[in-house]
Amino acid sequence: MTQDRIRNFSIIAHIDHGKSTLADRILELTHAVSSRDMREQVLDSMDLERERGITIKAQAVRVEWKGHQLNLIDTPGHVDFTYEVSRSLQACEGALLVVDAAQGTQAQTLANAYLAIENNLEIVPVVNKIDLPQADPDAAAAEIADLIGDDPSHVLRISAKTGEGVEDVLDAIVERVPAPSGDPDAPARALIFDSSYDQYRGVVAFVRVVDGRFSTREPLRAMALGTRFEAEELGFFAPTRRESGVLEAGEVGYVITGLKDVSRLRVGDTLTSERRPATDPLPGYKDVKPMVFAGLFPTDSDDYPELRDALEKLKLNDGALFYEPETSQALGFGFRCGFLGLLHMEIVRERLEREFDLDLLVTAPNVAYRVRPPNGDWIEVHSPSDMPNEVEEVEEPYIKASIIVPKEHVGTVMELNNDRRGRFDHMEYLSEQRVHLTYELPLAEIVLDYYDQLKSRSKGYASFDYDIIGFRPGKLVRVDVLVGGEPVDALSLIIHRDSAYDRGRALVERLREEIPRQHFDVAIQAAIGARVIARETVKARRKDVLAKCYGGDITRKRKLLERQKAGKKRMKQVGMVEVPQEAFLAVLNLDSQKKS
Amino acid sequence: MTSGARHLYVHLPFCAHRCGYCDFVTAVGRRSQHSRYVDALLSELELERRLLAPELETVFLGGGTPTFTEPAALERLLESLPPAVEVTVEANPETVTQGLARMLRSHGVTRVSLGVQSFRPHLLDVLERVVQPDTVRRSFYHLRDAGFDNISFDLIYGIPGQTVAALEADLADALELGPEHLSCYELEAKPGTRFTHAHGDELERQSDAMESYFELVVERLRGAGYRWYETANFCRASELDLRSRHNLAYWLGRDYLGLGVGAVSTVAGRRWRNTPRLAGYMEALERETAPERAVEPLSHDVRRRERVMLGLRLDEPLVLGELATVLDERAVSRLELLGLVRSDSDRQTLALTPRGRFLGGGVTADLLA
Repeated sequence: MTQDRIRNFSIIAHIDHGKSTLADRILELTHAVSSRDMREQVLDSMDLERERGITIKAQAVRVEWKGHQLNLIDTPGHVDFTYEVSRSLQACEGALLVVDAAQGTQAQTLANAYLAIENNLEIVPVVNKIDLPQADPDAAAAEIADLIGDDPSHVLRISAKTGEGVEDVLDAIVERVPAPSGDPDAPARALIFDSSYDQYRGVVAFVRVVDGRFSTREPLRAMALGTRFEAEELGFFAPTRRESGVLEAGEVGYVITGLKDVSRLRVGDTLTSERRPATDPLPGYKDVKPMVFAGLFPTDSDDYPELRDALEKLKLNDGALFYEPETSQALGFGFRCGFLGLLHMEIVRERLEREFDLDLLVTAPNVAYRVRPPNGDWIEVHSPSDMPNEVEEVEEPYIKASIIVPKEHVGTVMELNNDRRGRFDHMEYLSEQRVHLTYELPLAEIVLDYYDQLKSRSKGYASFDYDIIGFRPGKLVRVDVLVGGEPVDALSLIIHRDSAYDRGRALVERLREEIPRQHFDVAIQAAIGARVIARETVKARRKDVLAKCYGGDITRKRKLLERQKAGKKRMKQVGMVEVPQEAFLAVLNLDSQKKS
Repeated sequence: MTSGARHLYVHLPFCAHRCGYCDFVTAVGRRSQHSRYVDALLSELELERRLLAPELETVFLGGGTPTFTEPAALERLLESLPPAVEVTVEANPETVTQGLARMLRSHGVTRVSLGVQSFRPHLLDVLERVVQPDTVRRSFYHLRDAGFDNISFDLIYGIPGQTVAALEADLADALELGPEHLSCYELEAKPGTRFTHAHGDELERQSDAMESYFELVVERLRGAGYRWYETANFCRASELDLRSRHNLAYWLGRDYLGLGVGAVSTVAGRRWRNTPRLAGYMEALERETAPERAVEPLSHDVRRRERVMLGLRLDEPLVLGELATVLDERAVSRLELLGLVRSDSDRQTLALTPRGRFLGGGVTADLLA
């Protein structure tokens, strides 16, 4: 098909504003999928995504509408995957910006709209859910028009649920979104905007061909990483896989590479042909680095090999996941894993537990630090226990947070940001009711329950998005926890010097509640270096025996003892002290405990 | 290998009233059935006699309230049971008359275990015991008058409303009478029972105070010259061995045969429990068939674990031998270091230190591999 008949677009929206429902309706209207066969929300293929109402992995689906080829490129729906979203948008010429008629613009709407504008996309604004009784389409349309500098009359008003207005959306795509304008005769170039892994066929790349054409059996090269392979199969999804043999300039489709390692083909890289290679890659490739780290340990140490295999398998599908073996005195053998953000961490953990049936202990997350020891070079530290005892300088990652909140909650949200070492950046009224705030915050301050706090202080109305803006120096110290005189590596944390005392105090108090009384007194201490900043004692038990035991109840008493024994086995041994696994999670919810 | 069980337990389930905290198999009243029940017991004895050794060491009549059984029926039972070196009957003080004491004595009973529980009237009320403190004393005198020189008291601590002072007073009252033996139990309130429901908050408070009570009991009784020979049992230090020989058999892992509703037997590596249903029990034996039983085979490993669990409740060192196979060596060393366990130089025996005995449950759980 000639390029002037092709339209490539994405749907961008805040969570739950109806992206998936609209995609379903489009597939139905274009007969890509019969309504009978249609599973709801075809694009969200994984159960997990389905439950969370978000989409992790992008896919592209080709449909026909009035003689045109429309490629719908699905984008990940969350802040952790901003880079992937931006690559998906780069594969398009236009985007449907969908806003819920009842809720109006949210933080993610803004973030995505700005990304789309940066990528020079034609934005087709859509107000969805006009069938809801509490819908206010005019207000939502005014907000969205204001946001993108358009006229409110251009905003489409639809209900993806009932189907009302969806045909207009398809017409608008054809009319308003520009056709691709690459050079069909130039050396071939295609942008990789997503990839997945098939256990039989290897890595599958999703690509947007910009210039030239690709065909089956052609030797190809990924320009940034230099990975070479042969295109085993080319095609597109409609919505099931259709082999086509060629992909031409302007088209979107898949390439089966046969590669066995997903990390050799990165999102954002450019594919070219070895026969007539392009000289310059497409712009914008970035090596995404994990920013949030946590230790993952099997609850039962015998499961270590299973955890290793599971991580290997997940990694095939998730190029952003990082892991390396880690040994903790308290928790035994496990892995230090790196994630793009908190949601990414949560998804990985749930997949490990659900798809691989593993019981995991996840330590409190921390961010990546840049550290310079005296007379040394900068190193990157992924775990508090790797923090050298003496440091000259420490730097931590910062984010720019974008928060939209009803005006009556602005005060409490600002207070939260101030408590979290935030630096106020900007504030503007989006409407009479709603305020857009931006702050610069250390990433470390949001990895622990920031989102929950934000939600609870705004009665659930605040929405939040962020971008990493780089490393900045910080006055950070490592607080160690000692149980019975033994340092517990898994409980160490790196925190700002000013809050070290309070956090240390709260942590040992929390641990005193979590650690059961033992056969001897147990001291729990928080220390910076050799200086103890907080101390609590778990007093020894003085009685731990069942009074009565006669012939009639020996079996019952034995079973009680076996249960007691099993309980002890679930504990982790720190020196002589038995510490329940929950205690290692004490650091996770210190703040929520303190404030409740 | 076994030449038969040398210990016989006989369960008499009848009671005047079911106390709220009790979890034994009991039956209230039913006087008309007492004689019929004794027939069933004797019929079960005939059925299982081959499991008994030719000469018995101990017989124990427990309940229920054995002495609430119709005197004629009880007498007939005592006459028909095989003789033994130690014959114990459990009794509630209010059932012990001069006549009953004499009857027990004349039928070869050597030891009476009195369910005293407390000497404080308000605490006895809470326990739903009908007895008054003076009745306790009078029953004790009747037993002494009849010639009993081995009397045991059951005392309970942790009763809702009990204070440290009240427990001290109970111990003083008991010591004043000077029984040969004392069993002191903490009140175990089962969740979901009427009793727990009625005394929830107070039981909570008592459970926090229980470790102080236990320490107080051990301290007072040892101070008064009693030997703390088992976790909850004390006997007067004397040239005679005043420990309960029957209960020692349980703690030493010996075989025993149990007769009656809900009674448990352990013989030759098998354990079984008779049906707790009175009617079903009697009907089966009237047909001269064994009552319904829940059978539990005991592996060597389980037997050894039980012997460690039970043996460490005693004040005498446990001789290890084959028991060493079920112990966690590293735990033994760790607990020795903590001063909770004591072993001889070549680790032939194992015992808990006094502090270890207060923590016996947790320590045993640690010790077992």
